[in-house]
Amino acid sequence: MLKFLAMGGYARYVWPCYALTALVVGLNIRWARASLRAAQAQARRRLASLKAVS
Amino acid sequence: MAWVWFHRFGSPPHFYRLAGKLVPWFGWPAALLCLGGLIGGLVLAPPDYQQGDGFRIIYVHAPAAWLSLLVYVVMASSAAVGLIWRMTVAHAVAASCAVIGASFTALALATGMLWGRPMWGTYWEWDPRLTSELLLLFLYLGYMGLRNAMDDVGRADRASAVLAIVGVVNVPIIHYSVIWWNSLHQAPSVMKFGRPTMPAAMLVPLLLMLAGFTAYFLALLLMRARGELLRRERQARWMAEALPATASASASATPTGQVKPC
Amino acid sequence: MSAPRVGLAGAAAALIARDLRLALRRAGDTLQPLGFFLVVTTLFPLALDPQLSLLRDIAPAALWVGALLSSLLALDLLFREDAHDGTLEQLALCGLPFQLLLLAKTAVHWLLTGLPLVLIAPLSAIALGAPYRSMPGILAALLLGTVALSLIGAVGAGLTMSVKRNGSLLALLVLPLAVPVLIFGARATALAIAGEPLAAPLYLLAAIAVLAATLAPLALAAAVRIGLE
Repeated sequence: MLKFLAMGGYARYVWPCYALTALVVGLNIRWARASLRAAQAQARRRLASLKAVS
Repeated sequence: MAWVWFHRFGSPPHFYRLAGKLVPWFGWPAALLCLGGLIGGLVLAPPDYQQGDGFRIIYVHAPAAWLSLLVYVVMASSAAVGLIWRMTVAHAVAASCAVIGASFTALALATGMLWGRPMWGTYWEWDPRLTSELLLLFLYLGYMGLRNAMDDVGRADRASAVLAIVGVVNVPIIHYSVIWWNSLHQAPSVMKFGRPTMPAAMLVPLLLMLAGFTAYFLALLLMRARGELLRRERQARWMAEALPATASASASATPTGQVKPC
Repeated sequence: MSAPRVGLAGAAAALIARDLRLALRRAGDTLQPLGFFLVVTTLFPLALDPQLSLLRDIAPAALWVGALLSSLLALDLLFREDAHDGTLEQLALCGLPFQLLLLAKTAVHWLLTGLPLVLIAPLSAIALGAPYRSMPGILAALLLGTVALSLIGAVGAGLTMSVKRNGSLLALLVLPLAVPVLIFGARATALAIAGEPLAAPLYLLAAIAVLAATLAPLALAAAVRIGLE
């Protein structure tokens, strides 16, 4: 197990790469979800105000 | 017949619904493919005879670089479709690509630098691959900058579409000019391997990762595009049905035809 | 609208004449980018050890970075006035091929900003240690390069037409696209200074200029139309 983590001596380059990748992958999922939710909320508000006017 | 399908997919309410259903169909396979790729790449594949275990960075660097290019091409193509056929759905897809593409280009650069450090001795070398990625990042930033600078969404869509098309024509030119420039100055490239071809044990996990990241991108794209579509659509009719009511009781299910389009 | 009474050649000629006349009235504006070029190329020796043998090595870089930056500044002149006073809209509506009229405008712009730069560059080149025999090569490279830069820059200017304070955005858009011109141009200049044959990068530069001349007008017409909405 330790040998795996050591990555033949390259651990301090390999693992940060994987960590950064996990970070970017995760952030993108969060941003995409947030973007969709914000757009849905905005659209609901727009529709509600339209109903109020009509 | 294909045109009917094309126009149907381009219709906002259909796209909104279909995209919503498809997201998990891309998302879960993406997770599985990447899991397989990670196990294969980190555990099962043997160390490279020249780079040892350090080569395993390729399993995240290559998918990031692949996405940075794929996303730009998707962005430019859908922008072109949106410009030529005036399809809102296509513009929504293009707008969704920018952040994803830029962040993975930055990731490709970061992982490329971390890979270069043990192999070259420095974090940065003006290697053709990294330099091209850097220029691609600038292209993304320019696209995002232009979009942000314009208030009207429709105009931002069209102007950035022209920019994306100009960019995609330039990407091969920039790439080859950088390779040409680099060949003059003989900077080393570590992105190659000791052996001329990769053995299957190394290659298969790489392909799994590439496929997994592609599916992941498509899931993200469909998710974002739905939101971008909502931002662009003025017609209330299909949106009132598609969006479930939350707090406001008045926004309960309205039968079609009763809501006046604005 | 009925068919235009003036043909394309007549309209283009009138447009070119008008642009030249206007520019000559405001000669200071057109000379500023030149001044900028001279200042920038002067900065390099000031920032380094001013021995000519050393400067000779960075001369291609100084000349081309200077050319790139001054062409960016000059782009401001291209559409600003005409967008304001409605001339561009008239050109778009007049029924003649918009892309060719815009190409004519860009050609005038190059005559006023690119060509003078090419003519004055030998002064900077000599100040940076370039030998006299390298002048033809340097001139040829800059000639082709400034043409390409004018065309690429025009597309950027068209896209950012409706954006206020667009200077850094314009730079961000144009400079990555201008990288191939920079690479081949600087290489051609370096070879000229070293006295070696520079046909290869020169041909590539010419290819880029031709490609730009063919494709840029289309992108330009699309961009300006969007900007005029």
